[in-house]
Amino acid sequence: MLAYVGKRIAIAIPTVLIVSLFVFSLQHLLPGDPILVLAGEERDPAVIEFLREKYRLNDPIPVQYLAWLGNVLQGDLGISWRTNQPVLELIGQKLPVTIQLAVMAMIIAMLIGIPAGILSAVKKGTVIDYTANVIALSGLSIPNFWLGILLILLVSVHLGWLPASGYESPFVDPVRSLQTMIMPAFVLGTALAATLMRHTRSAMLGVLQADYVRTARAKGLRERRVVLRHAFRNGLLPVVTLSALLFGELLAGAVLTEQIFTIPGFGKLIVDAVFNRDYAVVQGVVLCTAVGFIVMNLIADVLYALLNPRIREGL
Amino acid sequence: MTLAAEIDRADEALPQKSRVWAKLRRNRTAMVGFVLVVFFVAIAVLAPVLPIADPTATSWTDVRSPPSAQYWFGTDEIGRDVFSRMIWGARASLLAGVISVAIAVAIGLPVGLIAGYFGGWIDQVISRVTDALLSTPFLILAIALAAFLGPSLTNAMIAIGLSAMPIFVRLTRGQVLAVKTEDYVEGARAIGLSHPAIITRYILPNVLAPILVQSTLTIATAIIAEASLSFLGLGQQPPAPSWGSMLNVAKNFLTQAPWMAWAPGTAIFLVVLGFNLLGDGLRDALDPRSD
Repeated sequence: MLAYVGKRIAIAIPTVLIVSLFVFSLQHLLPGDPILVLAGEERDPAVIEFLREKYRLNDPIPVQYLAWLGNVLQGDLGISWRTNQPVLELIGQKLPVTIQLAVMAMIIAMLIGIPAGILSAVKKGTVIDYTANVIALSGLSIPNFWLGILLILLVSVHLGWLPASGYESPFVDPVRSLQTMIMPAFVLGTALAATLMRHTRSAMLGVLQADYVRTARAKGLRERRVVLRHAFRNGLLPVVTLSALLFGELLAGAVLTEQIFTIPGFGKLIVDAVFNRDYAVVQGVVLCTAVGFIVMNLIADVLYALLNPRIREGL
Repeated sequence: MTLAAEIDRADEALPQKSRVWAKLRRNRTAMVGFVLVVFFVAIAVLAPVLPIADPTATSWTDVRSPPSAQYWFGTDEIGRDVFSRMIWGARASLLAGVISVAIAVAIGLPVGLIAGYFGGWIDQVISRVTDALLSTPFLILAIALAAFLGPSLTNAMIAIGLSAMPIFVRLTRGQVLAVKTEDYVEGARAIGLSHPAIITRYILPNVLAPILVQSTLTIATAIIAEASLSFLGLGQQPPAPSWGSMLNVAKNFLTQAPWMAWAPGTAIFLVVLGFNLLGDGLRDALDPRSD
């Protein structure tokens, strides 16, 4: 098992290095000289020269990259142009908000997607299966920012049940926190629920035809017990790993959801940074997201190997 | 059987267009998708000749007018006709969907063919770069690229295309690996055909079906991505109409003019649903196991 983990980490390292190279090269996509953007409107030659020295822009590009990478490895992602705060500190402040949103969204997605997938597989070819599939495909097709707008219109504007925007930490006021986050989490969870439903359905369809399920039925076990005890346990395996892989989708979805509901999280940080031309923050967010995704991928693979002895032993 | 006959037989084994179309026609949900796609393509193409108002013409006497006989879907915050803007917005959305997928396929397909066919260190390098690009969520990558390239519909299309490209590299590479050990490819190699000839004549036609399915589904994702970027202000710039930017403005007038949000949102939903249904149907129709 350790050898497997080691092999997976060995594959992940070059991937992280390529991501870092990509993130570093982003600043070279800027039209014109990036230092002129950083130097502001006055463009004082002394400031420009100072910035060139500071960011080693007089050095060859490979040297610049190595210097930048060295800083990143020490946790220095640069300084936010707008707030003058270290980028890592900014990300550290915003990330817990997005994690709360992502966890709530994932719980909602699992509560809707997994039972719907099981039901759809068990009732394959019936009206229930057909309806569940149409709803899932609609969930995948509806842009989450539009769903957010519709929910605000219905739940906040017409019914007045929940606040349309804002954020409260669960450690300060848990009830208010739940009130502000439930609607965004539902919006974010909808597309994931659809993905989970489709995967659970196809995994369960495969498992329900397996010999051991037929044996369980032949033994005279009740259908409910066959589905939940025998089929679901094995069908769940790919769904568990898929949930880890949906992390990336959650973060991307959070960008729009946080924008609509004005939640001060990771997603809003990147959008605000884009409009403030705070490029160090944009680079930092992209790098952290990619590294987070690679780590989640690694965990998903290891988890899958742990849960599935055939993979573990086949190494 | 001679080698040439063997190779011809492989050609015959390719999915028959008419058979695929017949299977697609029998699939009712796929046909709903097809009709939706054709409808939106038609309104996008015909927008300049349709008898509708100028989508950028403002009217200060009709600011935020509710739907009426004159303005079917109402007017927006500066009195522009929402119906007309929705029709013209279809052009930006479909153009973004099709062009960004064309960019993704134009780069991803040849790169995937090279990686899968030649293998070795070329494959290793391409696969690691693809993994790295896939590790950044699609929309975050597109936002970052759009931010650094500058906000415009063209740059949004480039950003979405580049973000979608690794999916096609990985898909093509996988297909090539499955096809390249087939007897007819080995045969073509044995009779001394050049690598480009083998790739274009025997490998490419056999990897196109999954690429077509993935392209249809990626157009749906790309349309949502363009709407998302425009919603964030990184796509189509005002006053040109785009469904995403229409929703961005509409969210500020939810209590005063909720109709501003209905038309563009419904349009995005329907066109994306159309491509998703059609993509799912194509997947079934092109799958020989579903016969």
